[in-house]
Amino acid sequence: MTRICRAIVIRQDDVDTDVLYPGAYLNVTEVEKMVPYLFEGLDPSLRDQCQGDTVLVVESNFGAGSSREHVPQAMLASGIRFVIGKSFARIFYRNCINLGLPALVAPDAVDAARPGSQVAVDLDEGTVTVDGERFDLAPIPDFLRDMFAAGGLVPWMRERLAAS
Amino acid sequence: MAHTLAEKILLAHADVDEVAPGDIVMVHCDVVMTNDISGPIAFRAMERMGADRVFDPSKVVVVPDHFVPAKDTRSAELQKLLRDWSAAQGVTYYEQGRGGIEHTVLVEDGWVVPGSVIAGGDSHTCTYGALGAFGTGLGSTDIAACLASGSFWQAVPGTIRVEFTGTKGPYVTGKDLILAVIAEIGVAGGTNMALEFVGDGAAALTVDERLAVANMAVEAGSETGFFPADETIAEYLDGRTDRPWTAERSDHGADFAQSLRIDLDGLAPLVALPHSPGNVVPLDQATGRRIDQVYIGNCSNGTITDLRQAAEMLRGRKIADGTRAIIVPASQRVYRQALAEGLLDLFVEAGAMVSTPTCGACFGGGGGVLGPGENAITTTNRNFRGRMGSSEAGVHLANAWVAAAAAVAGEIVDPAELAEAG
Repeated sequence: MTRICRAIVIRQDDVDTDVLYPGAYLNVTEVEKMVPYLFEGLDPSLRDQCQGDTVLVVESNFGAGSSREHVPQAMLASGIRFVIGKSFARIFYRNCINLGLPALVAPDAVDAARPGSQVAVDLDEGTVTVDGERFDLAPIPDFLRDMFAAGGLVPWMRERLAAS
Repeated sequence: MAHTLAEKILLAHADVDEVAPGDIVMVHCDVVMTNDISGPIAFRAMERMGADRVFDPSKVVVVPDHFVPAKDTRSAELQKLLRDWSAAQGVTYYEQGRGGIEHTVLVEDGWVVPGSVIAGGDSHTCTYGALGAFGTGLGSTDIAACLASGSFWQAVPGTIRVEFTGTKGPYVTGKDLILAVIAEIGVAGGTNMALEFVGDGAAALTVDERLAVANMAVEAGSETGFFPADETIAEYLDGRTDRPWTAERSDHGADFAQSLRIDLDGLAPLVALPHSPGNVVPLDQATGRRIDQVYIGNCSNGTITDLRQAAEMLRGRKIADGTRAIIVPASQRVYRQALAEGLLDLFVEAGAMVSTPTCGACFGGGGGVLGPGENAITTTNRNFRGRMGSSEAGVHLANAWVAAAAAVAGEIVDPAELAEAG
């Protein structure tokens, strides 16, 4: 079971990575300097809601568009520990997994969550708990479980490169 | 067992005996490409993976194109980093002024052949599907793994077979075909899927038109999108590359997740209204909208074909008062071709600005970003809120005929009517 995280919620389908982190700031490479631009084109007040351990709750096709890794990098640096959604756009999903930020599919949990909800995930059990109510996560392939366990693609690769 | 083309390509690039949609496999790249946005972050991640050399310098291409020419010192630093890193690693580097927009450059320079796998640190890497390649856009950490090991993880996609039938009419281009696809399946309709473009209507498309179609496969949420290679591609590649390739197609009896047919007879030019590439309407439902800026360029529609279409609209005409036009050839090669054909002079004569090749304003990076309340029509691939600057601006996506006609009229008009008016 993960530690309990406080939910911030985005109730919109097809949220693109341009509004999550506008293109003008893509020449920023230091992670801590990306944080002030997270959610800039969507709702900058969401940044203030990231206080301590946070879970981001989103709707369908979240993270559409650009491959910019600035989005999940800034999320991690803002205290977002995992993302729960109805579905994710492919590159955003990959980027989250690769950075050790689990992006998890659990539509019923998304519907149940409210801003400020207390949310915890049990990856072994495949469940997510929202304000005490438990929901199933969509099945997670073993490959991705390994990636979660490693902490992302960097440590996963480091281990394999060292062994080869 | 019958396989789709996507499955065949992945089977040939993974150490497995069989694949099925949903399987996660490690895919070996033929080419790894990165740019001034994804590159610097990828180089750092590669170091953290414990790799100090790329897996194979002959398979790595670096193209600065997003904040080019540098808009500020921070961008200049990134470009310097790219240049120095490329020299140290011994990889191919396209200096500014010798390349252009990454996807156009890789296609023009013979890096892309049918059946190859190309991992690119840019979402529009799917553009290479125009030539029958499996090009797929990745983030920086994925690119770091590709640089270090030559491989990335990939869930085998299902395939949506898109059949174009019939013959497209005047003022309809590849842009309209892909907008029609996105209108049909939606911006998430291609999730976990590859789009395979087939049919007489597909076979009749030129390489430039195919580039426009494949480029926006990602706007339907797809893993990638491609045209099986044919004579048109063989002719294009003749003398352009020494990389071996064979023309492959999906097997007879292959299992498609979905099939759709788009009839090009009677297909009108289309426009994607703000703020989604899926917000598609026929041109006649978009006419009359006032336009402040026209932008013709980018990796989908900055080809010589697009510039010729724009020139046909602008020849002997002037950009409307109150409207400005920016024309961005996608590569140095396209730029020189346009120069040789007199198109650049024609554009300047009409009152348009001609830019050096760059991603520029397409993603709000510079060189023509929009202010609050402004409306643009562009040949680019995304019109998300704030994509080209102010979040209070509106971007309309259309083909080059329609965009250039709007520059003359100061509002969205039917290019056929402009042509008739003389």
